[in-house]
Amino acid sequence: MKLFQDIDTRPLLLVPVLALLAWPLIGSGSTWLTLTVAGLAMGMIIFIMASGLTLVFGLMDVLNFGHGLFIALGAFVATSVLGAMGDWTGSGEWWRNMVAVLPAMLIAMAVAAAVGLAFERFIVRPVYGQHLKQILITMGGMIIGEELIKVIWGPLQIALPLPEAMRGSVLWGDAAIEKYRLLAVAVGLAVFAVQMWVLGRTKIGLLIRAGVQDREMVESLGYRIRRLFVGVFVAGSALAGLGGVMWGLYQQNVVPQMGAQVNVLIFIVIIIGGLGSTGGALIGALLVGLMANYTGFLAPKLALFSNIALMAGILLWRPQGVYPVANR
Amino acid sequence: MFNRLISNDQPRSRLLAALLIVVLLGLAFAPFLFPGVKALSVAAKVLIFVVLVAGFDLLLGYTGIVSFAHTMFFGIGAYGIAISSNTWGPTWGSLAAGFALSLALTLVLSLAIGLFSLRVRAIFFAMITLAVAAAFQTLASQLSDFTGGEDGLSFKLPELLLPSTEFSEEPFLGVSLDGRLLCYYLLFVLAVGMLLSLLRIVNSPFGRVLQAIRENEFRAEAIGYRVVVYRTMSSVLSALYACVAGAMLALWLRYNGPDTSLSFEIMMDVLLIVVIGGMGTIYGAAIGSVLFLLAQSYLQDLLRLASEATAAVPMLSALLSPDRWLLWLGLLFVLSVYYFPTGVVGRLRSRAALNALASSKQA
Repeated sequence: MKLFQDIDTRPLLLVPVLALLAWPLIGSGSTWLTLTVAGLAMGMIIFIMASGLTLVFGLMDVLNFGHGLFIALGAFVATSVLGAMGDWTGSGEWWRNMVAVLPAMLIAMAVAAAVGLAFERFIVRPVYGQHLKQILITMGGMIIGEELIKVIWGPLQIALPLPEAMRGSVLWGDAAIEKYRLLAVAVGLAVFAVQMWVLGRTKIGLLIRAGVQDREMVESLGYRIRRLFVGVFVAGSALAGLGGVMWGLYQQNVVPQMGAQVNVLIFIVIIIGGLGSTGGALIGALLVGLMANYTGFLAPKLALFSNIALMAGILLWRPQGVYPVANR
Repeated sequence: MFNRLISNDQPRSRLLAALLIVVLLGLAFAPFLFPGVKALSVAAKVLIFVVLVAGFDLLLGYTGIVSFAHTMFFGIGAYGIAISSNTWGPTWGSLAAGFALSLALTLVLSLAIGLFSLRVRAIFFAMITLAVAAAFQTLASQLSDFTGGEDGLSFKLPELLLPSTEFSEEPFLGVSLDGRLLCYYLLFVLAVGMLLSLLRIVNSPFGRVLQAIRENEFRAEAIGYRVVVYRTMSSVLSALYACVAGAMLALWLRYNGPDTSLSFEIMMDVLLIVVIGGMGTIYGAAIGSVLFLLAQSYLQDLLRLASEATAAVPMLSALLSPDRWLLWLGLLFVLSVYYFPTGVVGRLRSRAALNALASSKQA
């Protein structure tokens, strides 16, 4: 693909290097493989959620602290949809499960996109170009959204069990790999591929990439970047909704506070990746996913700070993130 | 003399001056004016929040950067007192040691966060502080041997500050002179001192540089001020004030847990108070804290009544339930950032300035 031609390859090595470094620490090869696949799956889910946020920032300099809201919303919509389709999720057949999960994903994406549209219009648009107010307002929007979720679905944790056929794991040698994680990797790769295709091969993608590089230049060529921005914001919200469904199924339960929790992970990811960079967000997400799984196994108490330490290390190496976006 | 005390930063509005005097006198004589346990604890909370919020104003209002880790330092201050009193016994020495240790930890942590995240772009600061504060909160509830976990820590204070210590048999003006009263006045003196010191800081040349950075970072750098250094210093100072406020909280409650000092809800309260009171005014912290804490302590009861009254309409009742207090707080916050960005103090000042202009034109 064109995007990869003259790209800085050193950050690409970070993921395999981290995985190889962890091997001797973990010792057993099969455990290592299980953890690595789990980490990559988690990373792909985080990437789905983070990619929208990083583009929104890159394009319009809008830092949306309310992004986690769409994630929580997606997950809660999924609990309702999957709960209503109990016959289909309870069945042991793979295709019947997919019939339940697909509409859950689509409805979650649609709801998140609709709320994203309203969020952009009423919360974000009045404060374009004012960073301080953006942070405050989107944070306020996040709080309001979280409380509304509590009003609709109740303040307690809701179980989101995996459909029958997606439970359990496949054995590959000695390593047990959960089926759902393979699905997560597949969905994540599909999203990444579509995103790369849109960004790399279509006119709209060209405009988005150009807008991230230099917004004013694109505007002076006669393109309405604001309209493009609304589109990206809505698409990013929809992706967050999809990520929320995946994350909810991954955790097998959802709480209203999950948006705020995942927000923290996503911020770390996009800081590592360089604000505005899609490729960087992928690398950041995979690193965070792997790190979380390795330290969760090696030293669970340190798991919280491992991601912050990772971020600090990356920022020491490249203060703007692994792929700094030009003109920022 | 008085001008020097408030660092020449006059209220610049007669109404504001009157309000501030009322607040000051009200807090100074609160135990005598408003009898009752609840009223006194509201007054003490106001004192604590004045310090917490004014410290945050230094960062948000004067330097123009947002930190979400302010409550983390608040918590460190509170845990410093709680843990030291629990492990080394309730003596003045152990309290002082705990306080000093928490100040040192605050200094190191805030310096590290500031240097790391302010080096490149101020926007990193908001995100990184959010991440660190979230991790810290989880850590505090996990290290249960040390911090008491979710249950928190109840601890003893030196006898002088306990309610059971009576200084005189006879109540004075209907108020018994006990350790609790002494504790209140300790907080009062601390709060007034801290507020005056903050006024001194923001009206010093250093404070002017901070405001220059807030207005135009690029120009400030071009004139020759190291923006990173000033921003980091501002964030460290603000964290230290939060730490002091945390110690005050622990002294008053004789208890500390994650929900009382670390929770995100308190961060939200602080943000709202700064915005309502008026960003970049310091006085706004005092006015805002009084308004907000009165509302929080007495409006929640009103909300409960409204919720019970609308019990027939389930959705409305759920929205009005006191558990959804944060929803209304968030709405109020968003609306005040839009329509009331200069806050009470800013409004009063601009009104006074307009009046002065009008009268000078007439003359």
